[in-house]
Amino acid sequence: MRNLSLTVRRGEIFGFLGPNGAGKSTSIKMLLGLVTPTGGEAFVLGAPANDVEIRRQIGFLPEDFRFYDWLTATELLEFHGRLCGMPAIKLRERVPAVLELVGLTAHRDWRLRGFSKGMLQRIGLAQALVHEPQVIFLDEPTSGLDPMGRRMVRDILRAQRERGATVFLNSHILSEIEITCDRVVFLKDGEVVASRDLKGSPETEIRVRARARKLSLEAIAGLTQWSLSVHSGAEDLIFTVASAEALPDVLRHLVSSGADVFEFTPERASLEDLFVKIVGEDRGL
Amino acid sequence: MNGIWIMAGITFREAARRKILWTALIAAVLLLTIFGVALHLQMEEFNSRAMSPFLRYQVQSGMLMVGLYTADLLAVVMAILTSIDTLPGEISSGTIHAIATKPVARWQILIGKFVGFTGMIATYVAITFAGTIAVSYWIGGVAPQHPLRGALLVLMECVLALSLTFMLGTWFSTLTNGVLVLGLQGVAFMGGWLEQVSGFSQSAHIVTLGIVSSLIMPGESLWRRAAYEMQTPLAGSLSFSPFANVSIPSAVAIGYAGTYLVIVLAVAIYHFQHRDL
Repeated sequence: MRNLSLTVRRGEIFGFLGPNGAGKSTSIKMLLGLVTPTGGEAFVLGAPANDVEIRRQIGFLPEDFRFYDWLTATELLEFHGRLCGMPAIKLRERVPAVLELVGLTAHRDWRLRGFSKGMLQRIGLAQALVHEPQVIFLDEPTSGLDPMGRRMVRDILRAQRERGATVFLNSHILSEIEITCDRVVFLKDGEVVASRDLKGSPETEIRVRARARKLSLEAIAGLTQWSLSVHSGAEDLIFTVASAEALPDVLRHLVSSGADVFEFTPERASLEDLFVKIVGEDRGL
Repeated sequence: MNGIWIMAGITFREAARRKILWTALIAAVLLLTIFGVALHLQMEEFNSRAMSPFLRYQVQSGMLMVGLYTADLLAVVMAILTSIDTLPGEISSGTIHAIATKPVARWQILIGKFVGFTGMIATYVAITFAGTIAVSYWIGGVAPQHPLRGALLVLMECVLALSLTFMLGTWFSTLTNGVLVLGLQGVAFMGGWLEQVSGFSQSAHIVTLGIVSSLIMPGESLWRRAAYEMQTPLAGSLSFSPFANVSIPSAVAIGYAGTYLVIVLAVAIYHFQHRDL
């Protein structure tokens, strides 16, 4: 990691993006006290990252989740709940509720060695949530799940946000991040290179596809005051603007320059487009 | 402290579910059976020859020590093999990540596991020693002198090996850990024999070599002290064997083994506390 600096707001679903080897899992491990940084400091809920007591408020689903496979689903949740200091009476009510939440009630007495990858991911999520933590770190939580499972995870994360918890999500599945997260940061070579607000912020970059006749060179050149990237054909224009606020001015500029505008379609750039643009094309390992 | 007991409980349950424990128990039952049959045959032989009760008692005591020595070897091997994977295996597989991020200090995780394995080994030693003594007493009418002292020293020998698997397990992979601990156990075995040999040969070099080996790994000296505590003085002086009283480890040697155990465990805790997971 180099000069990593980031802040996650309470109550948001925060996406942590970057190519393989960018340092995402290492960053999470540093925030959880599993890895000691050679320099700098990290705080979770105001406490140093290696504070043991603050972990009562933290849930974690590791990327390569492995649990004692000789335990049943219920026994595993009881074990992790007890490690978090939950009393037996609370566990008796909470464990069935979490099993229900992740759709494993019917498998509560199965040993984990009989679970599929998707089921293990569900029980991993359950152990991260059993003690109702305030901050939840999830490292690739949907990689082994089918579409229904992914939808379930999305619903769970939103429910966690609604009860006030903060979710720190590390995932390669950009479409999932896009519809789940409030904010994302992009990590490259151990450094945060960009951040984006995904919830309707006017700062979100927008691509505009337009079709117009009588486009003058001056009209096209004038677009550069809002956009650094303008591609034009005989009747087609594709350009990006930094925010939706600029769209009325751009349209006024085109019409006032004498162009006949037949189509003007703003398209929010997908997270994948942003990812490729910010992080760069895959140059191989 | 609660974290220690939770980890101890899960470790005890895990160890109890491992095939190696049950295999070792089956091996112990098999050996007890062979031991019982051998004792029975010996008793028939004695009865046919009308041997003196004194000599008969000494030979039967020697037989009992063979049984207890076998139980000791099984217990040490079982202590090493069941625990060898617990730290390196969980670190390399990532199982430790979900546990070490709970509100439990790393030293509590390690001590909890250590307590769990110690409980399991204590149960094993109690079963095998009680079984061996019961068979010996039932068939031959012979019991050891101080069985509790002997069993506790053997348990200490097992816990010493356990502490080494924990310490080396915070640095090395499962396989490397196993090779190193079994290698050290070999050094201890050699050290014990060299000290026995030195009792006969009076060679200063062999004495020094034996002492150095026992300092590197003092496990075998615990067994020899246990043998000294459990057998009659005459039986101990009868033969050149792993339980002969040729070179009896002193209280200082036992104290050294105890200090060694504590230091090794402290190093294990320190390194586990500070390493990246």
